[in-house]
Amino acid sequence: MTTTPPPPVTEPPAPSALADAGNGAATLPQWRLMLRRFLKNRLAVASSVVLVVLYVCAILAPFLSPNPYDQQNVDLKNASPTAVIWSGGPAICSREQQLDTETFTYEYRSDCSKPVPLRFFGKGYEYKLFGLIPTDRHLVTVDKPHTLLIWGADSAGRDVFARSMQGARVSLTIGLLGVAVGTFLGATIGTISGYFRGAVDTLLQRFIELLMSLPTLPLWLALAAILPQDMSVTSRYFLITLILSLVGWASLARQIRGKVMSYAASDYVAAARIAGSSSARIVFRHLIPNASSHIVATAMLAVPATIIAETSLSFLGVGMLPPAVSWGVLLSDAQNVATVQQYPWLLIPAALVVLAVTCFQLIGDGLRDAVDPYG
Amino acid sequence: MLIVVARRAVYMIVTLAVVSVLSFAIIAAPPGSALSQKISQLQSQGGEVTEAQIAALKEQYGVDESWFTQYGKWISGFWHGDFGFSFTLNEPVGSLIWSRLGLSLLLSIGALLIAWGLSIPLGVYSATHRRSLPDNVITVIQFVGVAIPEFLFALVVMTLAANYLGADVGGLFSSQYENAPWSWAKFTDLLEHLWIPLVVIAAGSTAWLTRVMRANLLDVLNNQYVQTARAKGVSERKVIWKHAVRNSLHPLVMTFGTTFPVLISGEAIVSIVLNLPTIGPLLVNSLLNKDMYVAGTILLMLSALLVIGNFVADLLLTVIDPRIRVGE
Amino acid sequence: MRGTVTPRVTGPDRPPTEPENRTMSQSYAAEEGTPAAAPVEVPHGAGDAVLSIRDLEVEFPTQLGVVRALNGVTFDVPRGKVLGIVGESGCGKSVTARAILQIIEKPGRITGGSITLRSVGGETEITGLSPDSARMRELRGREIAMIFQEPMSSLNPVYTIGAQIAEAVLIHQTRNREEAHKRAVEMLRQVGMPHPEAAAASYPHQLSGGMRQRAMIAMALSCNPTVLIADEPTTALDVTTEAQILELIRNVRDRAGMSIMFITHSMGVVAQLCEEVIVMYLGRIVERGSVDDLFYDPKHPYTRALLRSIPRIGRNRKAPLEVIEGSVPDPHTRVAGCPFHPRCPEAIPGRCDTTVPALSTAGPGHTVHCHLYQGDDETGRTEPGEDA
Repeated sequence: MTTTPPPPVTEPPAPSALADAGNGAATLPQWRLMLRRFLKNRLAVASSVVLVVLYVCAILAPFLSPNPYDQQNVDLKNASPTAVIWSGGPAICSREQQLDTETFTYEYRSDCSKPVPLRFFGKGYEYKLFGLIPTDRHLVTVDKPHTLLIWGADSAGRDVFARSMQGARVSLTIGLLGVAVGTFLGATIGTISGYFRGAVDTLLQRFIELLMSLPTLPLWLALAAILPQDMSVTSRYFLITLILSLVGWASLARQIRGKVMSYAASDYVAAARIAGSSSARIVFRHLIPNASSHIVATAMLAVPATIIAETSLSFLGVGMLPPAVSWGVLLSDAQNVATVQQYPWLLIPAALVVLAVTCFQLIGDGLRDAVDPYG
Repeated sequence: MLIVVARRAVYMIVTLAVVSVLSFAIIAAPPGSALSQKISQLQSQGGEVTEAQIAALKEQYGVDESWFTQYGKWISGFWHGDFGFSFTLNEPVGSLIWSRLGLSLLLSIGALLIAWGLSIPLGVYSATHRRSLPDNVITVIQFVGVAIPEFLFALVVMTLAANYLGADVGGLFSSQYENAPWSWAKFTDLLEHLWIPLVVIAAGSTAWLTRVMRANLLDVLNNQYVQTARAKGVSERKVIWKHAVRNSLHPLVMTFGTTFPVLISGEAIVSIVLNLPTIGPLLVNSLLNKDMYVAGTILLMLSALLVIGNFVADLLLTVIDPRIRVGE
Repeated sequence: MRGTVTPRVTGPDRPPTEPENRTMSQSYAAEEGTPAAAPVEVPHGAGDAVLSIRDLEVEFPTQLGVVRALNGVTFDVPRGKVLGIVGESGCGKSVTARAILQIIEKPGRITGGSITLRSVGGETEITGLSPDSARMRELRGREIAMIFQEPMSSLNPVYTIGAQIAEAVLIHQTRNREEAHKRAVEMLRQVGMPHPEAAAASYPHQLSGGMRQRAMIAMALSCNPTVLIADEPTTALDVTTEAQILELIRNVRDRAGMSIMFITHSMGVVAQLCEEVIVMYLGRIVERGSVDDLFYDPKHPYTRALLRSIPRIGRNRKAPLEVIEGSVPDPHTRVAGCPFHPRCPEAIPGRCDTTVPALSTAGPGHTVHCHLYQGDDETGRTEPGEDA
């Protein structure tokens, strides 16, 4: 462009001459620049904070929950959320279950004249913190025989809050894990396809096209339906993860392939090749590090769809199945309008799904912009 | 041009052939067949199932044959419109599928039209009024819209409609029209029932396509030819709609291929929630009951729709972009 | 004009300009021998200027701070002549061009100064018009037309060449589509496009870069504008095509008497085409004068450096090609004093790095912004009030 080619040896301009604002940007390493751009995106940063809170909640689920997530209680069938009042400190109203003999539904009568105070870090049921440390302390408890149900109870009288926290463990990890597996598959196959080209590429691309011409949800349904109903929760968890990733890797492989192809055509790769670098060296030293930021951003953008997929499958009764708890499983209790109208708190896990998915999406967007501000 | 179409057509057929084998293999794979389901069904109905009956059923279901032979029988029936027999519903698959497939298509295509009709103007507005209040509102709605699972949105809309509009939700018709002959009243009743699924199915895709449209248009607006158009005195409205939008439709048409499966998936899940007689609930039930001919046929049909959708997208692309038209 | 300068300074790898398409051309294309416009003794009195730009300032607010793309640029475009604007990438040449048409990319905006157009219709104050006003749109294409750098991307890929030229005609001249189409074909013929009918019916991707640039020029000329702004129209082209396009632009000036503002980074192109030259550096004008002034008697150290960096045939092969020390500073930094002083070999410490040099006259029509020519030196008649 310029008539003056940049000189090979440059005397740095006198420090007095150049104000140093912004000048440092040119010397920062690539990832620091990306981090800086990411941190400028307030929505993405806020989403990261929210997600961290959600994950902490998932880890501390039993500590946060006043009741065990799987404890059934016939006295509290479909109990509405407990109202928290102030009475010299936070407290709840005591309440009684009554059967309406005309409609045969349970009704609850609150009695706020005898408030039950909330206790912080009180004793409750026993559990193992982090799966290791046995303890019975909980964030908030109430004295027996009262029960604190901040998000109400389901049809079996189980604490929706406790179940939501427990469900977060599955719902928030299955998406990440599924995407991780899918990303690994997609990145590997995409790199191979984009770097070696030729027959390998053609074959893989045809296969990907084939996979992409299957409608996603029905395919997920079909694959999930193969799984026997009586599997253990853990193996079902991993198999569902696998199924979710099996469908998702294809489009990722496509994108990676495109990136790798453009990098592979670049001069520095040609230079490396001329210098005698092996294919493996070129792939691992040049192509993958270059593509990695794109891989991460793309993978992040795939998480929301995977979380929604798990939720939808479980909702339809082919994903995670009870006694496993995930947000989708919880929502399958609210399959019809009548239920939702009567017990709207059963939809609270849905709010968590939307929150988590939105956060992942905003982070993915922020990452993509940070990685490739001009793309 | 004709050669391109022919090549694509051959490719389509090959894809469908492979898909048919795949879907059949997936369905045939699990242990526990339709037969055992049927037997337990008969037993639960209180009848003793004799050895002879089981043998007869085995013969009828062809369970003892290899899955490849079963596949051969199934696929060869396609030539004369015979897609096999539903074990659980005791009906030929063909009669089960057609009306449902029609409704599924109606919903998906309707939702597609809604999604395009809304997302293009919204995306254009958003891109040309960047960082304005409406743009931010649209962006937030987009994010939430993409984040809400369809079944959930269906539930919420249904509940709201039931609570505030007093609408009779779920199903296709109000009870009084269920078995009534077709009339204008029945038709409007149908429309009253259809708007909820249409809105719900279209919502996610609208949100997504608006984002795509906005991003594309922002990209295109950076192009030199937009400046060229401005420099010759074209009014801003024409610069946007005639020069920029026309070029940014390109990726939108390409997403036709990917939007369509999303819509079909959405339709399936929404229909389950809304209790609509479409292909979705039938697929889920057949999968749960190992009703393999039904499930296999549906999978194949949906894939066929997809492949055809992609084909249409390719054709549309050549119409929109002269570079592809002449470049081939 | 051409004859006087080109032998002395040749642009990089420039072959002698070839006349092209003689057979096709009837109007602008080729046919040399027309007397070149009068050499440049005339100083640029504002009276004969088609465009007068005064203290123009343009800013781009970015995430890392405000970039001042233009810092008070003042110049005139003389009627019926070719004014060259030279400078490195990012010096503000293209921004100046876009500012004149008010088509600066967002978020850039004009923050000060004035642009006055003197056309047949009288004087128009362009900065006073809203960018999307009907009057501004009327000026674009009709009074001031522009050719862009990238012929690949400056034509819309989804419309035919003919339709795109006709669009301009339909906006400014006629409502009749058939007539507009005829005019488009006629323009394509005039710019030396072989088979103009076929070219009009073809899409941009079907033409070569040079042909696309011809189409762009045809589009720009279709409404007989008063001023033609060419923003590096030959940069993306190969040398032979560049020569043909330059020839075409010369003919446009000679035949139509059009005023042309020609933006380039190539001193060689300037020597071949322009009568007057403005040298820009970092959003400021550092020197302005006739081509002869600038090539024979460059004043500003930056201009001298630019000239020295042109490879010349016949020079000592062993001597390394001279380069300008340092590089253009990051656009976000504000350089105090003279923008060139960090790279200037003759910078006066304490002066060049503190105050912006005012305008000094180096001869008739030859002005320079440099401390070397101020106060105590022979040409130092400073004009106060500028760039203070």
